[in-house]
Amino acid sequence: MTRYLATRLLQGLFVLWAAYTLSFLILYLLPGDAAAIQAGGAENGGVDPELVERLRAEYGLDRPLWEQYLTALGRAVALDFGSSTQSGTAATATVAAVLPQTFALAATALPLAVVFGVALAVASTFARWRWLRQALSALPPLGVSVPGFWLGLLLLQVFSFRLQLFPSMGNEGWPSLVLPAVALAIPTGAFIAQILARSLRQTLEQPYIELVRAKGASSARVHFGHALQNAAIPTLTLTGVLVGQLLAGTVVTETVFSRIGVGRLVVSAVNSRDIPVVQTIVVFAALVFVLTSLAVDLLYPLVDRRISAAGASLVSA
Amino acid sequence: MTSDLLIAAGLGEHARAADPPGDAVARRSSAVRRAALGALRQPGLVLAVVVLGTVVLWAVAPALFTGHSAIDGVPRDKLQAPSAAHIFGTDNLGRDLFARVVYGAGTSLLATTAAVLVGLVVGSFFGLVAGFLRGIVDDAVMRVMDVLLAIPSLLLSLALITALGFGTLNVAVAVGLSSVASFSRVMRAEVITVSTAVYVEAARSSGVRWFTILRRHVLPNASGAVLALSALEFGAAVLAISSLSFLGFGAPPPSPEWGSLVAGGRDYLAVAWWLTSIPGLVVVAVVLSANRVARAFERTGARR
Repeated sequence: MTRYLATRLLQGLFVLWAAYTLSFLILYLLPGDAAAIQAGGAENGGVDPELVERLRAEYGLDRPLWEQYLTALGRAVALDFGSSTQSGTAATATVAAVLPQTFALAATALPLAVVFGVALAVASTFARWRWLRQALSALPPLGVSVPGFWLGLLLLQVFSFRLQLFPSMGNEGWPSLVLPAVALAIPTGAFIAQILARSLRQTLEQPYIELVRAKGASSARVHFGHALQNAAIPTLTLTGVLVGQLLAGTVVTETVFSRIGVGRLVVSAVNSRDIPVVQTIVVFAALVFVLTSLAVDLLYPLVDRRISAAGASLVSA
Repeated sequence: MTSDLLIAAGLGEHARAADPPGDAVARRSSAVRRAALGALRQPGLVLAVVVLGTVVLWAVAPALFTGHSAIDGVPRDKLQAPSAAHIFGTDNLGRDLFARVVYGAGTSLLATTAAVLVGLVVGSFFGLVAGFLRGIVDDAVMRVMDVLLAIPSLLLSLALITALGFGTLNVAVAVGLSSVASFSRVMRAEVITVSTAVYVEAARSSGVRWFTILRRHVLPNASGAVLALSALEFGAAVLAISSLSFLGFGAPPPSPEWGSLVAGGRDYLAVAWWLTSIPGLVVVAVVLSANRVARAFERTGARR
């Protein structure tokens, strides 16, 4: 068990290192010069070549690439991703300052998405009438085809402008959290429903379900006592991707609802080419993915007793 | 004895690849008939194809569908609700929204196609190399793809846009590159399945060069699943590109693009519902149709 945990942690560290390196290559190797942009910003138009040179020396942009990379990597290990070119404060501090807002949004949206997705998936196989089952199975493909920004604006229009039930923007109190969380939860929930419904249908055709039915178990008992646990595995495997999607969804949702948070921070960072902040958020997203996948791997044995913790890597691989 | 059989199997494969053209035409026409019959049983699929066809026509010849200009408005007619004269209504400058959606189809579809092509070409290349060479190359390429999957694709495209700069083409390249991982995974899996098949072994043992094996056997047989994936990725790319264009990273203001049309209507949410709702609805219809067609591809692929 400890050995399994140790290998998994090492794998996680590798993914983080690779995500850092990849984002470094993308952000620093592709065309565009941070020093020139900053010098141009400071001078309001005309770029002073001397200032550019000084800034380049200050950031180490005049040194060879591998040297820049090693220095940056060394700093990143100590959680120093450089300072934001917009505010001048440390990039990690800039992200950490808005993190609680995004965490509150994601922590509200994730349970909503899970409840919505599982309920829809179960209802689409459980319903007594064929037409209802078919109608319900048509919903998840619709849900995953809806752009997040459009859904948010639609909710705004109906619930905040017409019915005036919720505020249209801002971060104050729980009422401001409801609409963004719903907008974020619907596509994610539809994604969960799509995968879960497919594996539920496959599980319900298994011989052991036939046996349970033959023993006279009710439809509810077949679903909740026998089928759902086994059918949940493929969905659980995708939890890391799901949480990542949720995090990416905040980019659009926070913009639509004018909320402060990591998602809106990344938009403003891209707009002003604030490379340290963009890189911090990319690595942070990879960290969230690594931690979620690790947590899920450790959870497998609890959900499916056919799997032991040491064998769980087989499932995730 | 076994090698003789293998060669025979390999020859059979070659023979099949080079059958007379008349046969191929007959087979195609019967396939068309079968497809037409199948279509009648699937009204949803027909509708999806009609939606996609209409949007492609919008992109190719927008002037056929609307007499209004997408750029010049009539200030007197601003913010009119949908009516017979302006079926999608007008915006704050009096521009016809239907015309803007129709003319926007060109930019949006072009960006989507470019994104899918970038993902398809780059992803297939890496998948092909990994699956065909195996060993250490395979390990290295697939570890990189795993890392790409660990970063949410929207954030990856945003990082790429930071480096590449704004504009429709850069957005398309960024979206395409962030879908490389899924293309390469599917391509690799298919290539491995095909290259372990008996007829490839037969071709190898009868001395066919590796490049010919790749071109003649592996690529044609592995491409089906990858093409089905590109149909699926088409829908995803429409969504991603419209999101990025909504965030303001796409084409600069006067030119219409579906995502930026929705963004433009944001300031008039309370007075003009159509400005955000209708362009968004078009995006939903296109994505839904693309996914429906992708599912049909998948099914026929599975049956084969």
